[in-house]
Amino acid sequence: MKGVPFRTELILTVLSQHALQVAMPLEEDELYQERILDHYEEPYHRGACPGATHAHEEDNPLCGDVVRVELAIDDGKICDAYFSGDGCCISQASASMLIEQICGRRLDEVTAFTGADMLQLFGAKLTPNRQKCCLLCWRALQSAIYSPVAAGPVETGSGEQPAGGTHDNCP
Amino acid sequence: MTTAPNEQLDVERIRADFPILATILHAQAGTAGVPLAYLDNAATTQRPRQVVQSMVDVYEKHYANVHRGIHWLSDQSTDLFEEARGKVSAFIGSASTEQVIFTHGTTESINLVARSWGDANLQVGDEILLTEMEHHANIVPWQQAAERTGALVRFLPVTDDGRLALDKLDEYLTPRTKMVAVAAVSNVLGTINPVPEIVARAHAAGALVLVDAAQSVPHTKTDVTALGADFLAFSGHKMLGPTGVGVLYGKRELLEAMPPFLGGGSMIRRVTTSGFEPAELPAKFEAGTPPIVPAIGLGAAIHYLNTIGIEAVHQHELRLTRLAHEVMSGVGGVRFLGPEPEHKSGIVSFTLERVHAHDIAQLLDRQGIAVRAGHHCAMPLHKRLGIAASSRASFYFYNTAEEVERLGRALEEIKRIFRRK
Repeated sequence: MKGVPFRTELILTVLSQHALQVAMPLEEDELYQERILDHYEEPYHRGACPGATHAHEEDNPLCGDVVRVELAIDDGKICDAYFSGDGCCISQASASMLIEQICGRRLDEVTAFTGADMLQLFGAKLTPNRQKCCLLCWRALQSAIYSPVAAGPVETGSGEQPAGGTHDNCP
Repeated sequence: MTTAPNEQLDVERIRADFPILATILHAQAGTAGVPLAYLDNAATTQRPRQVVQSMVDVYEKHYANVHRGIHWLSDQSTDLFEEARGKVSAFIGSASTEQVIFTHGTTESINLVARSWGDANLQVGDEILLTEMEHHANIVPWQQAAERTGALVRFLPVTDDGRLALDKLDEYLTPRTKMVAVAAVSNVLGTINPVPEIVARAHAAGALVLVDAAQSVPHTKTDVTALGADFLAFSGHKMLGPTGVGVLYGKRELLEAMPPFLGGGSMIRRVTTSGFEPAELPAKFEAGTPPIVPAIGLGAAIHYLNTIGIEAVHQHELRLTRLAHEVMSGVGGVRFLGPEPEHKSGIVSFTLERVHAHDIAQLLDRQGIAVRAGHHCAMPLHKRLGIAASSRASFYFYNTAEEVERLGRALEEIKRIFRRK
């Protein structure tokens, strides 16, 4: 750090050029790592949510990814959460990770969970295009907590007691 | 370099004209990287040095605006621009150069017809017949025309094996059908559609035919006179030329009767404060400064294709398509979209069981193989096929059998990544 300024600059330039060259393949190796493939092939809570009170579906027409999030919300808390959908490894694995993460959480914790938090939860570095795949489930979740399902017991997300009583299926 | 139809192309020699094809990707310390296998030619092709050089020459030696200045450079530029029009005209068998209109691409060419011919001729209740395998560029302009005029857009179905349901054509061709707009080759399925038959049956029913030839002109011989098509549209960048130039061919009497599309310079004979008189063909449809250098580049691309021979191009691609079917059939879980190779151009779209198209494309890229993934601007077709997205390998005459074999091996590798348990 105390080196001659122009030398430091030169070294940094060389380093960053080198980093740029090696960065891409390494990031991609990371993309299809075991942890992500595990979530893709054996997802957490894929399917319909029993006693769902809230649900929302998001899609990305550009690549055809679809994620639907179904929640059983009770007393300001997500008692149960499931996802379903179709799409690339990133969109589906990220949904599995997110559902696992938010199951049992209070709604204020969920609304405070940002897109940046989602990318961090996913872990692997993504290009802007594929960040959209990763954020699809997060967008579906953030809308779902404000989207009561018509058929089931309706709740606004403000903490009122639903007609169906309490249940908690999150570990 | 002219090659007889059945002679194998000297691909190695050809590839030397395309420096980009020698690219090594993902090279890093300690590894050699992987050579590029460019299999995304249906999206856009690469261009040889000769085409690039032709455009450099114009900019460095002959460039000025066309048809405008009474000066030496403008004459040079105009001559080269019109020479390019002549090359295009001859390449597609047009009866005259005035019927060859330079646009900015296939999309603009189709929009030109949908706007100009459509607005002047379509009425409430008229029908526009498209097919389920059309590219969005041959759907949306007609949906817009339908919105403006009250006409109805209908879609001729696609069979399960990815061909047009021609047995239903008579049912879809009604006395109200005014326009049939169809792709000569599907950009997803690769299906070669029987355009002469469709034209004959449409004409018998009193409808005009527009052919979206974006995927056919670069790969097979096109003779607009023999096809009998009323309009034919294609792009320069899918046939070794630059982006920003396309072509609309039209029958003279139709083009003459149509109102101008875009208004501006060049397309007028006279302008007064109370109105304008349109120019003669083809200037009538070329408002503003045209894509001068791209058009000249397209002329050079056509010259290059002529030296290779379009029939040899077609035969080479057929060999690669057959090989791709053979190699990829060996990879379990591959589903081909579209018919058997004998009905196809050099386009092989597929899905791989349990692996999404975008993951396939990303993992193929890791091995240097460039393919397209997604809906390829054909969402209605993907809906018909019951899938959201597919992967597409598309070939040109500079691709090699070795590249196709690499694709097969890479797909095996992807299967291994996704089948760990």
